[in-house]
Amino acid sequence: MTLVAAGAPRKAFGPAQYAICMQGIIWREALRFIHQRGRFISALVRPLVWLFIFASGFRAVLGISIIPPYQTYVTYDVYITPGLMAMIQLFNGMQSSLSMVYDRETGNMRTLLVSPFPRWYLLTSKLLAGTAVGILQVYTYLAIAYLWGISPDSLWGYLTVFPALVLSGLMLGALGMVLSSLIRQLENFAGVMNFVIFPMFFASSALYPLWQVQEKSPWLATICWFNPFTYAVELIRFAFYEQVDYFSLVIVVGCMVVFLAGAILAYDPARGMLIRRGGAAE
Amino acid sequence: MTLDEKLRRETEAVNVAALEVVGVSHFYGKRKALDDVSFMVEPGSFTVLLGLNGAGKSTLFSLITRLYVTRAGTIRIFGYDVNRHPGEALRRLGVVFQPRTLDLELTVMQNLIYHAALHGIGPGEAKRRARDVLARANLADRASERVRNLSGGYIRRVEIARAFLHRPDLLLLDEATVGLDVKARADIIAQVRSLVASEGIGVLWTTHLIDEIAKTDSVVILHEGKIREKGLATEILARTGAPDMRAAFVKVTGAEVQQGDGP
Repeated sequence: MTLVAAGAPRKAFGPAQYAICMQGIIWREALRFIHQRGRFISALVRPLVWLFIFASGFRAVLGISIIPPYQTYVTYDVYITPGLMAMIQLFNGMQSSLSMVYDRETGNMRTLLVSPFPRWYLLTSKLLAGTAVGILQVYTYLAIAYLWGISPDSLWGYLTVFPALVLSGLMLGALGMVLSSLIRQLENFAGVMNFVIFPMFFASSALYPLWQVQEKSPWLATICWFNPFTYAVELIRFAFYEQVDYFSLVIVVGCMVVFLAGAILAYDPARGMLIRRGGAAE
Repeated sequence: MTLDEKLRRETEAVNVAALEVVGVSHFYGKRKALDDVSFMVEPGSFTVLLGLNGAGKSTLFSLITRLYVTRAGTIRIFGYDVNRHPGEALRRLGVVFQPRTLDLELTVMQNLIYHAALHGIGPGEAKRRARDVLARANLADRASERVRNLSGGYIRRVEIARAFLHRPDLLLLDEATVGLDVKARADIIAQVRSLVASEGIGVLWTTHLIDEIAKTDSVVILHEGKIREKGLATEILARTGAPDMRAAFVKVTGAEVQQGDGP
């Protein structure tokens, strides 16, 4: 039974209601993730294949000279671990965007968009939800990597890497959101794999130090320097060893703000992106 | 706010229309989907928006729910302009969209808790309300069932129950019975009419099916983006001199309608 007259003024939402809304969005994303066991397993298998097979193979022939933040020579599997952490987040960000395209196609996105909370807040909450899921995957990967003998210099590294994971996760998730607004149909998502994920991953410092790339192919090194993913990798790498790479920090935060602003604009009804992407069926 | 002021504002609120659509037009590129559409839904009334597929019903729905922005005309929900005060307007709105919008991976209860959170209602209160609306919709035994396992009729009933969860003042249902069998359709119409009677809220029910209209309903006939007739069903019959609503629809729209494929 309604307790107030129809249409009567209602108490404005306070911080508690905003918190409930964000908590609900994160909770739903976590539930979906738990229900999709295949997604969780494949999210873990991918970096572990790189670590156990690719890195092990290269370990025998490739050592990494002393470059910051490392204090000594490191093996290849140690070097690529931060890159694989960022890779998990990259795939997770794109998976979240895939999930948004799916939600839009199935109509589920409307449930979110007709919420009375501001659109920017709903999208930011959604972004945080995706980032939280990504970070959960990264720490699970790190636990397995620990058993493989890969760990930071001290256990503090697991803690100091957390803020870096939050920022890089937000940046990559926001990029995924922008892409989701540009993808017309679910089938087009394969293009994102070919034109976004793989180029971003391979043209970065995730798999090889950029000074080595510079020696062999200056033009590829230039592309890597313009790739925001490079800075996500370096931010994580330094944070994992309890250091801050301020230049990477600035780039990651800047890109995050730009991508998020782009996503909010793309999902603003006044911009009309939703109309063209199937916001409602006529 | 003093008690007098509160009472005055509540009285004013009761006196405004639940939904007011004034001079709304909408284009897709150069194609005009809606042309100067105006009508009102009174609080506590059951208004049917009747039109063939492609009449512009879903476009209007998307404008009211702010999925699209209204560029020409004004839409107000209990006096709140949807463009200027979207939060206040959407808080008063319960919506059932034509496509299914429940998360198939979650249970019925989880879907309701999620919806409640999107309206700032915490999990404890959400569970209490969810049990209440599910019980009233005779769905109490389905609370822990995964939505994926429900039939189309049950999914629709859950969506309707969900729309009541945050206690809206106005309920919008877009072709809520499409794709359902005769019994499921009858159940859903009965469910909405019964909930509306007990809650006293306004309803805008869009449909292309004439038999969903009751004599006491307000009817708005939309055809090719324009309002062709509006008023109580009995008034429309009297004005058009038609023996039934199907004949009235044909008369005001000039549409050739085959038995079974529309109004």
